[in-house]
Amino acid sequence: MNPLVDVRGLEYTYEDGSHALRGVDFQLDPGETVALLGPNGSGKTTFVLHLNGLLKGEGQVRVCGLEVTTGNLAVIRRKVGLVFQDSDNQLFMPTVLEDVAFGLLNLGISPEQAAVRAQSALENVGMALAAQRAPYHLSAGEKKRVALAGVLAMDPELLVFDEPTTFLDPPGQRALAALLTQLPQAKILVTHDANFALAVCSRAVFFQEGRVAGAGPVEEVISQFEWSFRSPAPSAVR
Amino acid sequence: MHHAVVERWSRGTSALHRRDPRAKIAVLLVYLIVLATAHRNFALIGVVLLLLVLAGFLVARLPVSRALARAAVVLPFSLAFAAALWLVGDPYRGLTLVTKAWLSALAVLLVIATTPLPLLVHGLESAGAPRFLLTIAQFLYRYLFVIAEETAHITKAAASRGATMRGLLGRRARFRAAAGALGVLFARSYGRAEDVHRAMLSRGFSGKLETLGTLRFRTADAGFLAVTSALLVGVRAL
Repeated sequence: MNPLVDVRGLEYTYEDGSHALRGVDFQLDPGETVALLGPNGSGKTTFVLHLNGLLKGEGQVRVCGLEVTTGNLAVIRRKVGLVFQDSDNQLFMPTVLEDVAFGLLNLGISPEQAAVRAQSALENVGMALAAQRAPYHLSAGEKKRVALAGVLAMDPELLVFDEPTTFLDPPGQRALAALLTQLPQAKILVTHDANFALAVCSRAVFFQEGRVAGAGPVEEVISQFEWSFRSPAPSAVR
Repeated sequence: MHHAVVERWSRGTSALHRRDPRAKIAVLLVYLIVLATAHRNFALIGVVLLLLVLAGFLVARLPVSRALARAAVVLPFSLAFAAALWLVGDPYRGLTLVTKAWLSALAVLLVIATTPLPLLVHGLESAGAPRFLLTIAQFLYRYLFVIAEETAHITKAAASRGATMRGLLGRRARFRAAAGALGVLFARSYGRAEDVHRAMLSRGFSGKLETLGTLRFRTADAGFLAVTSALLVGVRAL
């Protein structure tokens, strides 16, 4: 089986000279859900921004059988749905329905069809009643669901989430985890939340200083890199 | 927040709310032309125009006293020019200027308060307003909430470290603190603008903001436009 995502030797340096990715190799199979763990600045977000061509580094990036090149961007961006950390950045249209329809209209779908598909996507995430509301009136959890509807409406093959649990309270996190496990698409989750990764993902990849430092079942990776919160011993606090 | 209130007003269901935005924009234009060109009998014409707008607020079931107060936001600007006219010995023109500015603001407020922003934008676009300017206005409106929230966070952070307006009043430190806060706000806004653009690109944005655009000009809208315009022209003839 060909991998859905196949990245080899990916390097990326920001304009300020910081070397964010130093030869990343990564594969993801169709239907698989993988957590990207690792410290701040380890290159996780920079890596996922390459998957739909928002950043262009050195190396090979193939998604859904297509090389990520300028000529393929329109197709790639339909196939890869990116849900950003701060939903406020993703919900820029005046109403929820218009926001969800935004990507569909960019695909050239007629306004009538776009409205129907957007409404259907909102129903899938349990936000159908919010269609005519303004995004800034929604709670953080509702915003996250609407942002997800915005990418689901485009019928992507791969969903990428950047810190999906940020701004969500524990009930909101549980609801999101339940929703994600129901979605059939392959998923990549950039997260610091080990519990969320355990609940949703089958595999984890640990990033460190722009490289993949380890990969395997989520529990093993968490244990190997001590990636869960534990209260420090009293002697360590002093 | 000011525009949060107007946003809530605009979601009403009165007969005026239901009118097509293009009809309301056209009537507003006629109103403003009548107001701007009224010189003789201005006292009488001004009173009638005021009564017409107040009737509009009553039909729309909006709080008249609050609307009157909100429209007064333009007075500081026009008062400066009115004061100059007063000083050169033409107090009547000064008073007329202030009255016209306030009535104009009141009429614009009535249109905004009875038309949800997405429809207003569509209406203005149909009326030939440049798409680029409308997009900027739409984004400004959307992110004003977010920027206001960030400003509140900065203010709280400063207050939590003991900063008070009284303590800083009249000192250079006040300006330094204000400049610092503005700098931080600008940097954050700039960063957010980049993130929003990235989120737009990831859903296939290629430079043209497509919308669902669902306006329907009905017979009732044509009737509203004809009757109110005729009434306003009649007022001008007084």
